[in-house]
Amino acid sequence: MRPAGKGALDSLYFDYPIFKARRVPELDGATTRHPVLIVGAGPIGMTAALVLARYGIRAVLIDRKDTFNDGSRAICIARPSMHILERIGAVAPFVEKALGWRSGRSYYRGEQIFRLEMPHPPGEKYLPMYNLQQQYIEKFLHDAVAASDLIDMRWQSELAGVECHADGVSVRVSSPEGDYRLNASYVLAADGARSPVRSMLGLRLKGDNYEGRYVIADIRMDHDFPTERRAFFEPSGNPGGTVLIHRQPDDIWRVDYQLREGESEEDAIREENIRARVGAILADIGYAKPWELEWWSIYSANTLCLDDYRHERVFFIGDSAHIVPIFGVRGLNNGLADAENIGWKLALVLHGEADDRLLDSYSPERRGATLDVFANATKSTRFMTPPTRGWQLAREAALSLSLRHEFPRGLANPRQMQPYTYAESRLTPHPARDAEFAGGPLCGSAAPNAEIADGSHLLDYAGNGMTALLFCGGGQPDAEQAALLAQLGRVDKRSVALLIGADHPQTGAKAIPDRDRSIARVFAAEPGTFYLLRPDLHIAGRWKTVVPGEILRAATICLGSETP
Amino acid sequence: MSAMPFEDFETAYETLAMAIDTAGPEREALFLTRLALVLGHELGDVTAFRNAVKAALEGLE
Repeated sequence: MRPAGKGALDSLYFDYPIFKARRVPELDGATTRHPVLIVGAGPIGMTAALVLARYGIRAVLIDRKDTFNDGSRAICIARPSMHILERIGAVAPFVEKALGWRSGRSYYRGEQIFRLEMPHPPGEKYLPMYNLQQQYIEKFLHDAVAASDLIDMRWQSELAGVECHADGVSVRVSSPEGDYRLNASYVLAADGARSPVRSMLGLRLKGDNYEGRYVIADIRMDHDFPTERRAFFEPSGNPGGTVLIHRQPDDIWRVDYQLREGESEEDAIREENIRARVGAILADIGYAKPWELEWWSIYSANTLCLDDYRHERVFFIGDSAHIVPIFGVRGLNNGLADAENIGWKLALVLHGEADDRLLDSYSPERRGATLDVFANATKSTRFMTPPTRGWQLAREAALSLSLRHEFPRGLANPRQMQPYTYAESRLTPHPARDAEFAGGPLCGSAAPNAEIADGSHLLDYAGNGMTALLFCGGGQPDAEQAALLAQLGRVDKRSVALLIGADHPQTGAKAIPDRDRSIARVFAAEPGTFYLLRPDLHIAGRWKTVVPGEILRAATICLGSETP
Repeated sequence: MSAMPFEDFETAYETLAMAIDTAGPEREALFLTRLALVLGHELGDVTAFRNAVKAALEGLE
């Protein structure tokens, strides 16, 4: 919502473009079957289209709206998402515009009780978190979509019906240019929390709703405070409710505040009440200068998801599949990981490089990630919005003790999540190999990054197929290792081999210098250690010394081969 | 759980009674919750803490 007298898109800082509907070939009788139809051109749908385009796969992308999201909504982009944006060739404007951060503070009755420091290992290329309004996220992704010949973007095009067939999906689309039928081999439903695709297929989200409601309000102010997450428990500016403050680009600040028990939603979202509450919160943090109200909305925490993120040839990605509480900033970030996960798998299947069995791994992996978020989010949501007297009393006791004691302070940790580890996925067939290592990233986890002497980063050299990291410790691959790399190249023609700490490159393998062994340390590697990365840079397996049979098997399983 | 000598336990009992009065009826629940968290942390044993919670919950009229 926006202040009285302003239109829905009348923003203080963002100029909304208006996209027209186009006359599409289907309106003139074309019946081509498209490889992929993506419903919903939000951040998740556009990212999915760009992941497919990276592999040369065409997609039709439809959206019923004629422009970007009406408000800033999802504003936190986590480090793994920056890597996804990098791989789809869209990260540059994000780095330029977004505000990176790595720390936060929690206060109780005005006194700081917790200092959040998110892990930031020295070899990482990106900060743990970046703040950017969703309109910019969509604009930057759309710039990349518009520059791609492989993406057929259709605005003002609404899904009117969907039918699943054995060999494809047939949908009806309504647009101002006319209504038409469109056929696709696969559909990605990125149509948001109220997903029409989900309703049309008769599927329902299941899970829990939480009591606490938050108003999220954006204001413009000239406030001199670093980009950090600030959480205020029991602040005098919003008695009985928690407050969160985040900085965004263009001098825009997000003020989230919890409504008091019994407070009516209808009253809470009235402009005069928003202004009064925000004013009191600003006075509380010592801001006395003028400010302008930009946009606001209301939110309540839910943990809801589909039982299966796949329905025949339809895959649900982002909010259409799962709704998570905002406190862990996993809504957007998990959605982007969904888009990448289904994107590489679908692309390899459509190219005939992987068996379509590979698509079966999408739902277990990404639903597993959702359930993991739920487990953490339930904890942070109970702390942010205590549901009963017992939770309220326990929180008040813990927070008040935090003023003088260290031990309860960790309870105020917002639990900003790390990316999910696919340890139990069938694409991670040898997790027991972790026992050989004294440290380093576990099987199924996202690969850490490392800086190379020339200023570039290890993951810059990963490919869009499997990536092999062979640690050479100053030497060269021996005959067995060289034969393994050659065979991996035959199993996966996209595979890339990186020789870490090798003297010079080999045929088909790039040497990555590691004189101070810093990369080897990050991976707890010794000469002969082997890591196999999936196209999404999760670790498919790791071996202290090469076991060619297991390594090749792990690679073929990641390409959809049978029995793990 | 190790038991306290009776004299010490009696002192603990009296200290608690006086502290509840000091907290006052408005704050007694908060005080007791804080006390439980402090004792739980000092105890350093989540099983013993759970058992203590169970013992205190049983037979509440």
